Amino acid sequence: MTAMNRLRNFLTPLAFGVAFLAFWEGAVKFFELKPYFLAPPTKILSQFVENISRIWDAASVSGMNALVGLIAGTIFGVSVSFLLSRYRALGELITPLAVALNAIPIFVLVAVLNNMYSITSEVPRRIMVSLVVYFIVLVNVAKGLTQVKSTHVELMRSYAASDFAILKKVRIPNAVPYLFTALKISAPAAVITSFVSEYFGGSQNGLGSRITSNIANSKNAAAWAYVLGACLLGLVFYAVSVVLENVASRGSGATNTSNK
Amino acid sequence: MSAVHVAGVSKIFNEGTPKQVDALVDVNLTVEPGEFVSLIGPSGCGKSTLLRLIANLLEPTTGSVAVNGKTAAQSRLDQDYGMAFQQAGLFDWRSVAKNIELPLELKGWDKDKRAARAKEMLELVKLPEFADLMPWQLSGGMQQRIAIARALAAHPPLLLMDEPFGALDEMTREYMQGELLRICAETKTTVVFVTHSIPEAVYLSNRVVVMSPRPGRITEVINVNLGANRGEDTRAADNFFAGITAVREALRGTHADHANAGAIRGVEDR
Repeated sequence: MTAMNRLRNFLTPLAFGVAFLAFWEGAVKFFELKPYFLAPPTKILSQFVENISRIWDAASVSGMNALVGLIAGTIFGVSVSFLLSRYRALGELITPLAVALNAIPIFVLVAVLNNMYSITSEVPRRIMVSLVVYFIVLVNVAKGLTQVKSTHVELMRSYAASDFAILKKVRIPNAVPYLFTALKISAPAAVITSFVSEYFGGSQNGLGSRITSNIANSKNAAAWAYVLGACLLGLVFYAVSVVLENVASRGSGATNTSNK
Repeated sequence: MSAVHVAGVSKIFNEGTPKQVDALVDVNLTVEPGEFVSLIGPSGCGKSTLLRLIANLLEPTTGSVAVNGKTAAQSRLDQDYGMAFQQAGLFDWRSVAKNIELPLELKGWDKDKRAARAKEMLELVKLPEFADLMPWQLSGGMQQRIAIARALAAHPPLLLMDEPFGALDEMTREYMQGELLRICAETKTTVVFVTHSIPEAVYLSNRVVVMSPRPGRITEVINVNLGANRGEDTRAADNFFAGITAVREALRGTHADHANAGAIRGVEDR
């Protein structure tokens, strides 16, 4: 029964996807759409196969920028959230700011950052990714460190536990699911930021810049092939973050709490 | 030496502001070792506040609190009491056994000694096969039994409980009351127990302390004469009903004030 359900859960969206691609292909053929308007899926796939090594290279560049930014932003975000939970006054200053900044498309800052480094440098893009990740991680982990159950804190105080013991035995374990939620949100955001920051100049070596240059050269199907590559890269980042979350929460019951 | 000695205690929240609340005024209470004392009263009567003053989770505005002949602060540092709340408050990321070991970890016990004590406590609450499960795999009543095991893990002479069975269904609740009496008799633990339930207070206690709100104070202390061996028959006994009637009448005396009192409500019942 569960195997059947699982199969159905998998097959239904798959069938829908195939039907959608068939409709797309049919529409292009039927209305004789021009290739510069909309390329058919078969053409995109053949372009993808033909350009696979170039797409791989571009994906490596964009992927590396996203990964470096993700790691740096996470480390930075976790460190600052510890400071915020320790010094509440600091938190009251910074948290609203972080939330506000999180709501606006700050990745346009990369245009400014590009001026600060040499034209071929990947550093501005990585800084941009880490900034986006930083705010997501900061807001979530700070919440996990501070929003602990009052019963837990009273209990620890009744044991005459030190602030450090409360941090180690209550606040940090409580924040772990929040960290993985943040990673799940920020992994795709890191990839998107990595692509978009390529639109603001610098080396033409990543997926984002390849998409624009192919469109500029009217190679519509090739551009779509790079878009497909970008989607796959985003999926890989998301999948890894989900797997990490599952591994981290196994046996700890953390998934259970976050699902409630 | 008394287990708990509360002398001339007042607790005022937000003193000198428009939101000032006189949670407790001139409270005196002595609990002898081995006694089971319940605090009962309507919302806002300060019963949870009184429990937290004994636990040194709050400081009195005036007066003094002594536990086991020491100041409340010192006995908290010495972990002279265990505490249980309405929410079991188990840590989701720790197994049942590790939850029970937590107070022992904080006391610096070594691993083997902790494991042995956790096993002993699980047997005391009759859940020995649940050691390695996670808290969310247990029912509400089982979680509360683990919370009691944790509160008693360091063998404290005093147990402070804040409506520990308030979230349980009636059947489980009566079972837990019987278990608590058995556990306290086996471990010779003194208990101060906050509750909303009149039958619960009478069934469990040697003395029921009736409190009234605004300002929070003790209005009456009722002795319950049900003897040491209480069981299911006790719930049908005449002196059980006599106790319930006595507590109800004492509460009714406070209820008139309660109904007529102003808009400030429930400071202690979070």
